[in-house]
Amino acid sequence: MEYFIQQLINGISVGSIYALIALGYTMVYGIIKLINFAHGDIFMVGSFIGLYSAKFLSNAGLPPVLVLLLSLIISMTMSSLLGITIERLAYKPLRKSTRIAALITAIGVSFLLEYVGVLILGPQAKGFPDIMVKKQYQLFGSSIQVDSNQVMILITTIVLMIILQYIVRYTKTGKAMRAVSFDMEAARLMGINVDRTISATFAIGSALAAAAGVIFGMTYNSVDPLMGVMPGLKAFVAAVLGGIGSIPGALVGGLLLGTVETEISSLGYSSWRDGVAFAVLILILIFKPSGLFGKNVREKV
Amino acid sequence: MAASTAVLLDVKGASRSFGGLKALSEVSLHINKGELIGLIGPNGAGKTTLFNLLTGVYPPSTGKILLNNESVGGMKPFKINHKGAARTFQNIRLFTAMTVLENVKIAFHQHARHSLFSSMLRLPKHFKGEEEITQKAMDILKIFSLADQAQETAGNLSYGNQRRLEIARALAAGPKLLLLDEPAAGMNPNETRDLMNLIAWIREEFDLTILLIEHDMSLVMGVCNRIYVLDRGVLIADGTPVEIRNNPKVIEAYLGQEA
Repeated sequence: MEYFIQQLINGISVGSIYALIALGYTMVYGIIKLINFAHGDIFMVGSFIGLYSAKFLSNAGLPPVLVLLLSLIISMTMSSLLGITIERLAYKPLRKSTRIAALITAIGVSFLLEYVGVLILGPQAKGFPDIMVKKQYQLFGSSIQVDSNQVMILITTIVLMIILQYIVRYTKTGKAMRAVSFDMEAARLMGINVDRTISATFAIGSALAAAAGVIFGMTYNSVDPLMGVMPGLKAFVAAVLGGIGSIPGALVGGLLLGTVETEISSLGYSSWRDGVAFAVLILILIFKPSGLFGKNVREKV
Repeated sequence: MAASTAVLLDVKGASRSFGGLKALSEVSLHINKGELIGLIGPNGAGKTTLFNLLTGVYPPSTGKILLNNESVGGMKPFKINHKGAARTFQNIRLFTAMTVLENVKIAFHQHARHSLFSSMLRLPKHFKGEEEITQKAMDILKIFSLADQAQETAGNLSYGNQRRLEIARALAAGPKLLLLDEPAAGMNPNETRDLMNLIAWIREEFDLTILLIEHDMSLVMGVCNRIYVLDRGVLIADGTPVEIRNNPKVIEAYLGQEA
């Protein structure tokens, strides 16, 4: 039982990273019905920006908490600019063409980011600096262990979720997002600047992916230009699992997938881990294509 | 033409074709400030196409559209909305998953002064701005007798109320020109009469100029100052309701079909 709970805690850490990436997938899909396959690579870029800013800042002698905070902010800001640029250059010109054209472009952008990464940074994995010294905490006697990194992941994720909920529910931009995802044409005619709203969506999604990238780097201590592929696909599965287009769905989907994966590994089937994630995708597509929180939407003609 | 009164909307020879189909050809019309103008014509005459040109859904193929002496042909829809032209839709297009109040607030929001930044930091400006907008939105809902249902999801309103909410939402943008696309479609005669009275009333109250598409000719006759008649993309007549009623071309194109 303790072992199970221990794995559950580990699963939540992995799941939080999936959830943060999945949010970007789901938000972009919600607003322009595009599966942005380059999203996993924005996670990678975010991780690298985090790596270099963390190195620079700790060399400058800043205290660890400040290094973490500033690295997160720098990485999130720069990645959101990257997200906006990608949307403007690659997706916006295709907004009126078929969905499949935009989808293939997204795959192209994904390869572009990956191999420009290989070109500039080299294919070898790089070590992520230890920003904070890991501390172990024992819960319930000494049966369950939690390290400071897992606590940091959970706090970061929760804070970002609260901010996101606030933006979407209560701000003018968030309301415009909901309106655009509902009926782009009507929103436009109600005076909403649709292009700017879409940019904001890409910015927020990319910032969340970048945050996940920094956290990921700190947890696994290793980043490389192709690191975004697997987490990107897993986060996509998580988004579909939760119901693509639904923000709570992405959160629950991510956590669920992370937990399932970790439990499977802990039972000794760690090489089956990825397979199980995609089996989950297949099962969802067969039995509940709209996902856990998805609505059955009729296609608009 | 229109020498004495100020022209709000001036359309000069606007055409629009889709591939080989000419949906509108060489349409010229003008609307003076404060007028209530009817736009009628049989199905497929190009009435909604004209609305789409006026609101920027697509640009005119040729011709000019002047709103307040400023060319708006081909301008982006949200810009035209900010310039003072708001519309409703023939098939209702509310944000049905949001509340009645939110639907109206969204239109107000585009004119709000507080930014995302001040909202994020929860500055006093944010709360003041939000409060002001909520108040204004409620005022408009009161006019349309929808204030009691402000927290209701828009999709749950009755059909007639959804139509009224669309007009309320359009009004929230603070337009000078209000374009109503078959606002009474699907309403019963009583509801229609009430709505027409309401439209006449808001025109006074908000100092509006209104262009109204209506299928039912008898209905526009009562309220409109002037009427334009479209048939197969061509403007075939304009004049006062009495003139239109007696115009042989109109009778042939329009009434002739129905009688």
